[in-house]
This record gives sequence, structure tokens and C-alpha cells, in this order.
Amino acid sequence: MASLGFACLLLALGVCAYGIGASLYGVRSGRVEFSESGRRAVYALAAILTVAFAVLELAFLRSDFAFNTVADTSSRTTPGFYKAAAVWSSQEGSLLLWAWLLSLWSSLALFLTRKRMRDVAAYATAVLLGFGGFFVGLMIFYANPFATTHPAPAEGVGLDPLLRFPTMMIHPPMLYSGYTLCTIPFAFGVGALLARRVDADWIKAIRRFAFAAWLFLGVGILLGARWSYSELGWGGYWGWDAVENASLMPWLTGTAFLHSLMIQEKRGMLKVWNVSLVLATGTLAVMGTFLVRSGVLNSIHAFGGATLGVPFVTLIGILIAGSIYLVVSRRDMLRSEHRLDSLLSRESMFIANNLVLVGLCFVIFWGTYFPLISEALTGQESSVGPPWFDRYTVPLALVLVLLSGIGPVIAWRRATLANARRNFLAPLGAAATALVVLLAVGVDRKPFALAMFCCAAFVLGSVAQEFVRGTRVRRAIADESAPRALLALVRRNRRRYGGYVVHVGMAVLFIGVAASSSFQHASEPSLSPGQSTRVGAYTVRYVRPTASVTPQYDRAHTGSTLALGAEVDVTKNGRHVATLQPSEGFYASQDPTQGTVGSLIGGQPVSHVSMDGGVTRDVWSAIAPNIEAPALQRIIRAGNANLTGEATLVALGYLARVYLKSSPTAQFHFIVSPLVMWIWIGGLIVFGGGLIAVWPVPSTARRRVAARARARAERALARA
Amino acid sequence: MNVVVFVLILALLAIVVAIVSAPLRRRPAVPEHDEQVPQAPLAADLAAAREAKYQEIRDAELDYRTGKLSREDYEAVDAGLRAEAIEILDRIERAEAEAGRSA
Repeated sequence: MASLGFACLLLALGVCAYGIGASLYGVRSGRVEFSESGRRAVYALAAILTVAFAVLELAFLRSDFAFNTVADTSSRTTPGFYKAAAVWSSQEGSLLLWAWLLSLWSSLALFLTRKRMRDVAAYATAVLLGFGGFFVGLMIFYANPFATTHPAPAEGVGLDPLLRFPTMMIHPPMLYSGYTLCTIPFAFGVGALLARRVDADWIKAIRRFAFAAWLFLGVGILLGARWSYSELGWGGYWGWDAVENASLMPWLTGTAFLHSLMIQEKRGMLKVWNVSLVLATGTLAVMGTFLVRSGVLNSIHAFGGATLGVPFVTLIGILIAGSIYLVVSRRDMLRSEHRLDSLLSRESMFIANNLVLVGLCFVIFWGTYFPLISEALTGQESSVGPPWFDRYTVPLALVLVLLSGIGPVIAWRRATLANARRNFLAPLGAAATALVVLLAVGVDRKPFALAMFCCAAFVLGSVAQEFVRGTRVRRAIADESAPRALLALVRRNRRRYGGYVVHVGMAVLFIGVAASSSFQHASEPSLSPGQSTRVGAYTVRYVRPTASVTPQYDRAHTGSTLALGAEVDVTKNGRHVATLQPSEGFYASQDPTQGTVGSLIGGQPVSHVSMDGGVTRDVWSAIAPNIEAPALQRIIRAGNANLTGEATLVALGYLARVYLKSSPTAQFHFIVSPLVMWIWIGGLIVFGGGLIAVWPVPSTARRRVAARARARAERALARA
Repeated sequence: MNVVVFVLILALLAIVVAIVSAPLRRRPAVPEHDEQVPQAPLAADLAAAREAKYQEIRDAELDYRTGKLSREDYEAVDAGLRAEAIEILDRIERAEAEAGRSA
């Protein structure tokens, strides 16, 4: 079947080349049938890559180790649940996932725009097929997912234990969906510039895809943060890691675009800015993929090799140079149709929000690529850490949250000071109340956290006011009950109120971030059974050791051959709070020099975090058991010398028994973090708000509303 | 490569060729002004601008009703928006008339 997969790749490359040629010929010559044929090439690409992906997925599920990719990233002991996800843990598989998702999303975009903007869509088709051809080319020439070895090895290396976590099943597809969706507005932006049609129509056509890209990327980032918190054993959810930053940057520019595009839709302004944001977002998405896949920067999340650097840098260079050329050469057509009516208007707030978002993106870009920049300039690689990022991003985040509260209470076009004063009363009241309450409970040692809580209260107050007033207006017009009026209000103004819900979610998320990062208590004690330690207001006691052997008994179901851990009792003021069971999983290695028993547990050990989560705080625990203890090492050495085959498991069983009996001192990591759960709840609210905003308006309702507005405008026309 | 795989590859190739070449195998190309052709660029742009303007009128009304605009400001903004909407409607009418003449 590997030859079928590789034939699919060759066919896909041919289809990309043909589609690019047909689309460009069609749009340049006016031969619509060629443009149409080019569009269909994208559908064909999706079909071919679906077959290719199915071939590789089947190889993983069947543990067909003749496929090098399967042998390198899966094994018979890898749980079936993770075998399916192991496809995208490899360099080759993730490139195939990228290309496949790109082809699917591109097909959807081109299908939905098939009856409009034929010239723009034809150029966009060529660009999208260019991206597709690039990734298919990488697979054919650099990282072939269908490369085989004969005879096939009897067993595979196994999936990286760090990736054996449920959200890893969906984190990469979500993130890659976000990245690939970012290329759709990019392609249409390039198409609009090439076709010289930078009007309202192309913005309208890509709006939904820009929103979808933002949504998928956001969910992917949040799932990655959750994985980091629950799996990596350091207790944090964001470490300003290069790969984390790479996914955040296009999300920030995408967020800026979603705001500024409204100004172009309404006022015909910011055309240069908007098209630049679209092009930057698409380029940053490719750069994000480059960072994960090239291994050019050190990252816990970088799973690629160093072979893809040159092709990626070439592509990124083309994207940047091409984007600059197109914007500069079309600058005459990108002139604004109007000017700002007033500095006190929603447009001004959106522009301010855009500047902060792009500022944030620039800071993160500089910090992320600083190692490369410093190496290029000085010959020495140096990097910046979380404190550097915090110094610049925290104040900018504060301003951003504040603006997300100001925007909703200010009118489009113009607002008077008198109205502004009246509209700011409730939000300012909410912020002032929060300030008084927080000072009363003693939250005054962390000024940035205090400021963030007040800004978030301001946002919640402003959005609540908007919902209350909107519902009241709706009730007055339609004489409906409050819940019905609220529903009707949101249904008729999805983008506006969906956006407000997103603002609420972001405020909630930032409350969680500020509280958990400012008021966290952490402790890393060495404890023996029976000993206890204090972590904040909690007492944690090492009750007894725990151990399990063979994958069947692995508590975390990750396929570890041995798991050593502890049962920990958590109390507060003498009252039982929770029982935690952190452990560390030991996995088999392929290194025969470790011996018959040593190789069973000689792979990368991975922490199995145990925590008690709640709406007010999380008690988080991890353990590093001392596998190097002399009593345990003696058993491994004896087993290596005397046991082979299945008998080696007896040595592991004995090792577990000795661990339970002699219980060497273990190194623990305890964290008590307030309000962490609100980060995930905030994320869910953002996701819900995004869905409301992106959900298509039923066509009948749209026609009715449009007809009413048309009738009003026509009445005015009659009066004129 | 076994025979089954070879046949599968040929079948896939045939399907791809059929999908991609379908528009080229149809009868003569559809002329630009034909009704099957999507909206002309100018008309599509004006239609998008009209919809955006209607949305802006509705937004201004909601801003006024929720107390974000004073009555005077609302009347001024609304009048301006309606004038802009009328201008777009005029342009649509002219574009339609022109399209009718050229047809």
C-alpha cells in the first residue's frame, strides 16, 4: 500500500502544477473553463490526499512497521487510541496532515465562492495550489511518509510518551486547521490585489474563513496550553516557548484583522492595513509551521528535523517579498474612501486595539526570533526568557483588555462626551467595586494582577450593560419576554453580540491568567512516606508509594511498562481536601546496551500529573521517584545478567515490590494555583462567542432585514 | 507493486482526469455576459457595499436605542448613512442600466 500512497503524492504534485497553470491561463485569457478546471483541481487534490492520508492512517492502525514513519513513531504497545493520532506526531505525517487539511479547507472556500469573484478566485486557486504543491513537494523530496524498509522491524519505537495525552488527538488538527485556514484569506488577498479588485466583495467573501481560522487557531492554542499544564510536569500552561509563540502571532494579527475589517466594510477605510494584516497572518502561519517542523529553534514542542529549513525559508522569503511588492504596487487602489469622523468613536477604539495587537505580535516576534537574530549579528546564539516577554506583554495585555471594554459602549462614527460619561458609569462602577473588594481582601501586593482584575470587571460591566440595554430595546419594540428578547437580539446581531461574548471570555481568561500567575504557591520537597509539607494554605502528606507494571495496569493508560508514584493526602485546616496519585511512567527503549530489563524502562520517563481542580483553585502534583536508588538498580543489574524474554517482567514486578516496601525518598512538585480553571472556562466562552459570531444568518432572516433596510433607504430616496 | 495497487492508482488517475477535465469537455465557453456567469465585478462590489451600508444603518439605530448616540448625533449619522445608501443605490441602478444597454 505504500506505493499507492506515494503514487498519490506524485499525482497530487501533478494536479497542483496543472491547477496553477489552468487557473492562471484561465484568468489571464478570459477562458472561464480553464479557471473552472483549476478550481476542480483543488477538489481533486483533496480527494487524492484523502486517499493518501487513509493509507497512512491504516498503516498506523495495523502497526505496519514496513512504513518507516510507523516504525519510528508507533509500536504494538502504543494504545490504539494513540496509534490513530501518532500519524501527525512524525515529521512526514504532520506534513501530510497540513497538505490534506489545506486541500479540504481550500475546496470548501472555493466551492462557496464558485459563483462570485471569478477572477479573484482564480488567482486564489493558484496560490492555494502553490501552497499545496509546496507541501506535497516537501513530502516527495525531503520527508516521504510512505518510505519503507524491508524486511520490516518486528517492533516500532513507539509514540513519544509526552504525546500520549487525550488532547493530543485533537490539538494538532485544530492548530493545523487554523494555520491552513489562514492561507485562505491570504490567497484571496493576493487574488484581490492581482485582479485589482480590493473592494468590499473580497472582504465579504473571506470574512467567514478569517473567523474560522481565528477560532481553530485559538482552540488549538488553548488545547496546547492544557496539554502543557496537565502533561509536561512543570505546572505551567504558557512558557513563551518558540512554538507556542509561533501559533500566537498569526492569532494576534488575525484578531486585529477581524476588528479592522469592520471599518473597511462600514467606512471603506484601512484598506492597506487590512490587506497587509491578511498577508502577514498567512505568512506568520507558514512561519509557525516552519518553526515546528524545521527544528531551527529549540522548543519542547518542536518535533521536526533540520532538513526542511532551506525550502521553508525560500517560501517565506517569496511570501514576504511578494506581499510587499503587491501592496506597494497597488497602493493607489488601496486609498481610504473616508476619514475618521471623531477620535471618540468605535472606529478609533478598533484602530487602537489593532495597534496594541500588532505591537504584541511585534514584541513576541522579536523575542521568538531573537536567538536567530543575535546569531546572525554576533555569531552567538542568545535567547530571552519569560521575564523579558512578561515585561512588555503584560502592560499591552492590560491595555487590550481595557479597550475590549471601551469598544462596546462607544458608538460608531461619533460619540459625545455626555453620552460616553453615561455609558461608562456602569463599567466604571464594576471596576471600582472590584478594586474596593480586592483591596479589602488584601490583593494589593501584585499591582499588575490588581489592574487586570479591575480591567476585566470593567469589560464584564460594559458587556452586561450592552446585553441589558439591547434586551430592553428589543422588549420595547417586540413586546417579548426578557429571555426571548435576549435570544432575538443575539440572533439578529450575531457578529456584534457574539463578539461581546468573546470579549467576556477573554476577560475571564485573563482573570485566570493573572490570578494563577501572581498568587501561585509552589513547593518542590523531597519526602519519604509519612512526611508532609505546606503549600500555601494546604498541607500535603506522602501517604504511601504506588507502583504498577505492564501497560494494562498503567493508571494513565499511556502504555508505560512501569509506573512508580505516590498517594498524597491534601488537607486544609485539618480537613481532608483530596487524595492525589501522581506517578512517573517509564517506557521501553530500543537501546540494547541498557540490558534486557533496563531497556524495558530505559525510554524517556514522563510525569503523570495528578491534580484536584476546582473553580477557586487547583492543587497540582507531580513526582520524580528515585529509580536510581541502589536497591532498585541492583534488581535491574541482576535482571540484565540473568533474565531474557517474558521473564524480564518478573524483574520489573520484583522492582515494583521493593519500591513499595523500601520506598526511597521521592522528589515532589506541588502547586496551588488560584482560578486556573477560569482560563479553560474563558476559552470555552470565547469559543461559544466565536461560534455565535461566525454562524451563518438564515437566508430568509437576512432577506427580511435587508428588505426592511432597503425600504427605509428607498423611502428616504423618495423624500430626497 | 501488486496488481490491485496498480489498478487502484489507475482508477484514481481516471477519476482525477474526469473531475479536472469536465469543464474543458463541455460545449463552447460561456460568454462573460451570460446569465450563468457570476455577477459582474462592479455589481458584486456594489451589492456588498449596499449590504454593508444597510448593516451600518441598523447598527446606528441600535446604538441610538441603547443610548450610545444622542438624538442629534443619531439624526446626523442616520441622514449621512441614508445619503450614502442612496448614492450606492443610484450607482447600482446606473450599472444595471448600462448592463441592460450593452446586452
